[in-house]
Amino acid sequence: MRQVAIYGKGGIGKSTTTQNLNAGLGEMGKKIMIVGCDPKADSTRLILGGLAQQTVLDTLREEGDDIELDLVLKKGFCGIKCVESGGPEPGVGCAGRGIITSIGLLERLGAYEADLDYVFYDVLGDVVCGGFAMPIREGKAREIYIVCSGEMMALYAANNISKGITKFANTGGVRLGGLICNSRKVDGEAELVEAFAKELGTQMIHFVPRDNMVQRAEINKKTVIDYDPGCPQADVYRELARKIDENDMFVIPKPLKQERLEQILMEHGILDA
Amino acid sequence: MNERSRTLDKYSSRVYKNRKEHLVQIENAPGSQEITANTRTVPGIITNRGCCYAGCKGVVVGPLKDVLVITHGPIGCGYYSWGTRRNKAVAEEGGQNYVPYCFSTDMQESDIVFGGEKKLENAIAEAVEIFSPKCIMICSTCPIGLIGDDVQAVAKRTEMKYGITCVAYSCEGYKGVSQSAGHHIANNGLMKYIIGTGDKRPTKKYSLNILGEYNIGGDGWEQERILKRIGYEIVTVFTGDGSVETMKNAHLADLNLVMCHRSINYVAEMMKAKYGMDWLKVNFIGVGATMQSLRDIAKYFGDPELMARTEEVIQDELAQIAPDMEYFKSKLKGKTAGIFVGGSRSHHYQALLRDLGVETIIAGYEFAHRDDYEGREVLPFIKEDADSKNIENLVVGPDPKLYKPKFSEAEIEKLREEIPLDTYAGMMREMKEGHIVVDDYNHYETEMLIKLMKPDIFFSGIKDKYIIQRGGTPSRQMHSYDYSGPYAGFRGAVNFGRDVTMAIFTNAWAFVVPPWKTQSVIKGSLTGGEEAC
Repeated sequence: MRQVAIYGKGGIGKSTTTQNLNAGLGEMGKKIMIVGCDPKADSTRLILGGLAQQTVLDTLREEGDDIELDLVLKKGFCGIKCVESGGPEPGVGCAGRGIITSIGLLERLGAYEADLDYVFYDVLGDVVCGGFAMPIREGKAREIYIVCSGEMMALYAANNISKGITKFANTGGVRLGGLICNSRKVDGEAELVEAFAKELGTQMIHFVPRDNMVQRAEINKKTVIDYDPGCPQADVYRELARKIDENDMFVIPKPLKQERLEQILMEHGILDA
Repeated sequence: MNERSRTLDKYSSRVYKNRKEHLVQIENAPGSQEITANTRTVPGIITNRGCCYAGCKGVVVGPLKDVLVITHGPIGCGYYSWGTRRNKAVAEEGGQNYVPYCFSTDMQESDIVFGGEKKLENAIAEAVEIFSPKCIMICSTCPIGLIGDDVQAVAKRTEMKYGITCVAYSCEGYKGVSQSAGHHIANNGLMKYIIGTGDKRPTKKYSLNILGEYNIGGDGWEQERILKRIGYEIVTVFTGDGSVETMKNAHLADLNLVMCHRSINYVAEMMKAKYGMDWLKVNFIGVGATMQSLRDIAKYFGDPELMARTEEVIQDELAQIAPDMEYFKSKLKGKTAGIFVGGSRSHHYQALLRDLGVETIIAGYEFAHRDDYEGREVLPFIKEDADSKNIENLVVGPDPKLYKPKFSEAEIEKLREEIPLDTYAGMMREMKEGHIVVDDYNHYETEMLIKLMKPDIFFSGIKDKYIIQRGGTPSRQMHSYDYSGPYAGFRGAVNFGRDVTMAIFTNAWAFVVPPWKTQSVIKGSLTGGEEAC
């Protein structure tokens, strides 16, 4: 069982990319579980065709911890199992603690079945506190992909997340598998992200070009592969799925100093006029 | 090497560097020595300190009898701060007494995740329904600060919804370096929301508040008894057997008496700034100290009739206790004592011990600041650090209507020559050469100093009492009085004399010879010994 965590700056397209990539893996016949670690509980919407999911934490609050797994685990496209951790509304309580509680409960309920090929954790934003690092602590995800773009703040966040990975790399054995560039069509984007990846000691595993098809599928509550299997963007995600399935480059990242990060942006981020 | 050096000698260089500033052996000129206090405890040292929540809930607001205090957090903090300080309280006629109760929101894991405000509001609704209190206070424990429950907003909503007073304290345990931070937070809350909200004027000619008296074992009642006998009106007590009902009129009294300087000096100072009320440092622990304090109060008012009445009461009280005190003194004369307690008792009890012929040779505070050791004149020289800056320093100005100082600055200066008005001289000045003063004492130092200084009795708390006692030194708890008391005033002095005499003369553990004194507890054998020889 490969346990994979997807991190990245807020709004960068983690959930969209994770689900589209999972549709690709699902098509390949892989057995997958997605654990949404975002209080908004929208990490499995495209696989399930809507937000029909009762979250683990809501269930825990309403029913107590003596619950059946079926109550919180739903199957979607290609039989992909979906779980939403859920959490408090913004500005209240402790979402980080929620993730810890939720993963603990999933383990007790036996959600981690031995025949799973993949468990994906879709984690919100940066590693802001211990709770959001939960999926990469000991015994959980051992490989991480960071979704980023060529935008400065996305790379800045990716660098910060790498710091978090480095912290847990020695104790938890977690490794960085690569950067997924979700293109925002900024200047020299692929080169920039590649250069940044190289500096971190990792790879840009795939470049996902911007395509309206993603938006169209999303409005229809579907992944691209599900919505229009024949379109070119579907192949992009199939390619990403294949690359991740075949990936063997797992590293402890070497986070950059702020100055160096800015320097790389200067070198690659501005196209000559 | 003196006792101080020998105690410090065992420490590693890093710990030594820290602890040497907290341990003073009094030299030639008492009052000339500095001590470091109110700083973080070295990690790993078994300190006796409590936390911010303990200071706010456990010490200052807990004893208020008509206040329903809700501990917002998991159950442990509420449960283990329930009734441990023996703050005695009796309901006023028609009034309420919640001191025997324990109220908690009992936060569970999902409350932490989803926020505890709703649970707190439900707890308040339940409390209002069952008890209909006039005042609720909310004390926050650690997780509340971490998850950011807006307890102040809940307090406001409670006031609007039920038309009662509700004060919320962000007194999470991790704030500050000890319970001292909690005292300060509680003081600020009482000043902001309670004091000055009433308008019931005292009816007697001279009226007093007693500040920093928590009525442990009934101490406050003994003080009130004496003061009332002289003719004073006690407006309110902060906070032993105290109430919000009376505390809201505190600003209308003539004078504030300060018992525990550490826990309540903020209120005394703020009331001075806002209402022009003077405060007088008193000590009702000890016969001599009580007499001195009573005379100082009378001097403040400068009324010959009052002074005469004071003397009359003193003489009568003395006559009643003299035979008992004589007897206990005859038993205790020449004994020595060590005392490790909070932030004022280690000073106060030295006076009472002196009355009984007992010399205090070791004294320490858990959470005092430098002014409690060295006197308030060091205040301008105390360096603020990140920890102390984290606690709100409430600044109040003169109240446009109610600011009425009794005396002019010149008159106060003159009074100060005779009585400790608006000031406190601290503990260290009263200690003699060679005696030890310890700040933020710890387990090792307690054991070591008892071994080196050999006091006949050691006063401490529940955390170390039994270790000390089993080591052969009788020990009495000065936080709870071991279920005895009162120890204050004239009658309290007799109780104390009796308890100390009993302790010293029935020191059962000293008669027990532990097995390791007579036989070896480790069996050893030589390996390869013969060849090595």
